[in-house]
Amino acid sequence: MIDHPISIRPFGVHAILMEWPIKVDEAILEDILQYSSYLKLECLDTKDWELVPAYNSLTLIQRNKSIVFEPFKVQLQTWYKERKESVKSDKYLWKLPVCYDLDFAIDLEEVAQTLKVSVAEVIHLHTSHVYTVFGIGFLPGFMYLGGLPEALEVPRRAEVRQKVEKGAVGLAAKQTGIYPQESPGGWHIIGNCSVPIFDAKREEPCLVNVGDKIQFYSISRAEYKLHKIEGEVGIYQFEKIKLDA
Amino acid sequence: MLKLLKSGFYTTLQDEGRFGYRHNGVPVSGVMDIWVVQNANRLLENDKNAAVLEITMTGPTLQFEQETFIVLAGAEMSATLNNQPISNYKVYQVGAGDILSYGRLVQGFRGYLAIKNGFKSKIILGSRSQYFPITTSGSLKDNDELEYDEVSIFNPKILELQTVSLVDEIVLEVTKGPEYELLDDMHLEKLFFKEFAVAKEYSRMGYQFEEKIQGHKISMLTSATLPGTVQITPAGKLIVLMKDGQTTGGYPRILQLSDKAICILAQKKFGDKISFKLV
Repeated sequence: MIDHPISIRPFGVHAILMEWPIKVDEAILEDILQYSSYLKLECLDTKDWELVPAYNSLTLIQRNKSIVFEPFKVQLQTWYKERKESVKSDKYLWKLPVCYDLDFAIDLEEVAQTLKVSVAEVIHLHTSHVYTVFGIGFLPGFMYLGGLPEALEVPRRAEVRQKVEKGAVGLAAKQTGIYPQESPGGWHIIGNCSVPIFDAKREEPCLVNVGDKIQFYSISRAEYKLHKIEGEVGIYQFEKIKLDA
Repeated sequence: MLKLLKSGFYTTLQDEGRFGYRHNGVPVSGVMDIWVVQNANRLLENDKNAAVLEITMTGPTLQFEQETFIVLAGAEMSATLNNQPISNYKVYQVGAGDILSYGRLVQGFRGYLAIKNGFKSKIILGSRSQYFPITTSGSLKDNDELEYDEVSIFNPKILELQTVSLVDEIVLEVTKGPEYELLDDMHLEKLFFKEFAVAKEYSRMGYQFEEKIQGHKISMLTSATLPGTVQITPAGKLIVLMKDGQTTGGYPRILQLSDKAICILAQKKFGDKISFKLV
């Protein structure tokens, strides 16, 4: 296990920001997640603390009290040295169904033209890569996915749409992702994923965690409709594969 | 039940907020001006997490169906109980059929109605705070009904508080945000030596301002944000995230408002001026 250089800074009086080297890097993300699990299991009372990992950072937020920065910083450094490799939470590869039918994929033809490939090739590229969840935020259940092939990089749309459908699958620059609810959005929409990754009615509302992997597969309109109904009534069975750490 | 005969411009049910789900991207929500709500709940000897109505700009018309005790707090909104004017930070007994209505907004922007033992509603992910789509609706509508305890006997230890409001204040105390050091002198001068007027884009999610400061080309990896985080867009626009604000963001976080500053800003509306003071 390598000890990375970490910067620790106050972020208001209720939070502390820990930053690893500024890189989109799976090894760094893995170190953050291991340390975060160690803190939750052995160091911090999770009733009082929220831990938010994203890319190269971990933010620790205290619910009520103010943090006395200097001594707590030293404590965090000590915990980092003491962290154990054995503390790991399970990781999964989630296979998510996407309907690339042009009724949903309103920008798919334009994206194919921009990339100078066929629509089928865009779908093939999008479904043949495995993406890593580097963060969850922006909207409840929105996943920041890393690992988009260069061949799918298109600039953001010049104009932000006032309304993007729930489940819309978007592409923009080095990112792809799913809008978990209707919202304004500036990404190119190339499909729709109707399965409920986030559902506030569940005790654990978000199935996917930072560090998990995502792979999309293409489905027909009929399958899309079926999964949508299954999702709404709460019987959709997610396809997930446990990953060896 | 409390019946909302008219719901007003934007009335929501709020408690202290929804903790423990920010890693799922769920905003913390909760009352915007927690300072005045804590005082109102204290007068009623309530739990500090007791749910209250947050009433924005134009108030509702409400009818009580059982006896209880209430306290109003926050913005001055010319409230009347059965057509008699009533004031903030004072315990009032209400009876079945009584009507509480709101008039002209005199000062501040968000008023609160606290009730003995708090309003009851379904707790979702640990909180009653309304935030769509975590709760089925983002605000209360005409003819909605809210449950509360019938209370006929309550002898408050304190009947009334002198003014506890921060609505007159305009100076927001801030500490340095994580990306503060990326600012140059030109930015700093504008941040701390001028006033900012609230732009028309302001809500429970965030506040923007009319005045811009210098733009920038700083790019960073997405990282956590908090209520009170001041972000700067590449064009130099400032965005202060509030209680329903997103939990992560990719704009530099240059300042962080104190808890008190969040309460002060929560009472500001379009055109109101504020300034930042580094502490």
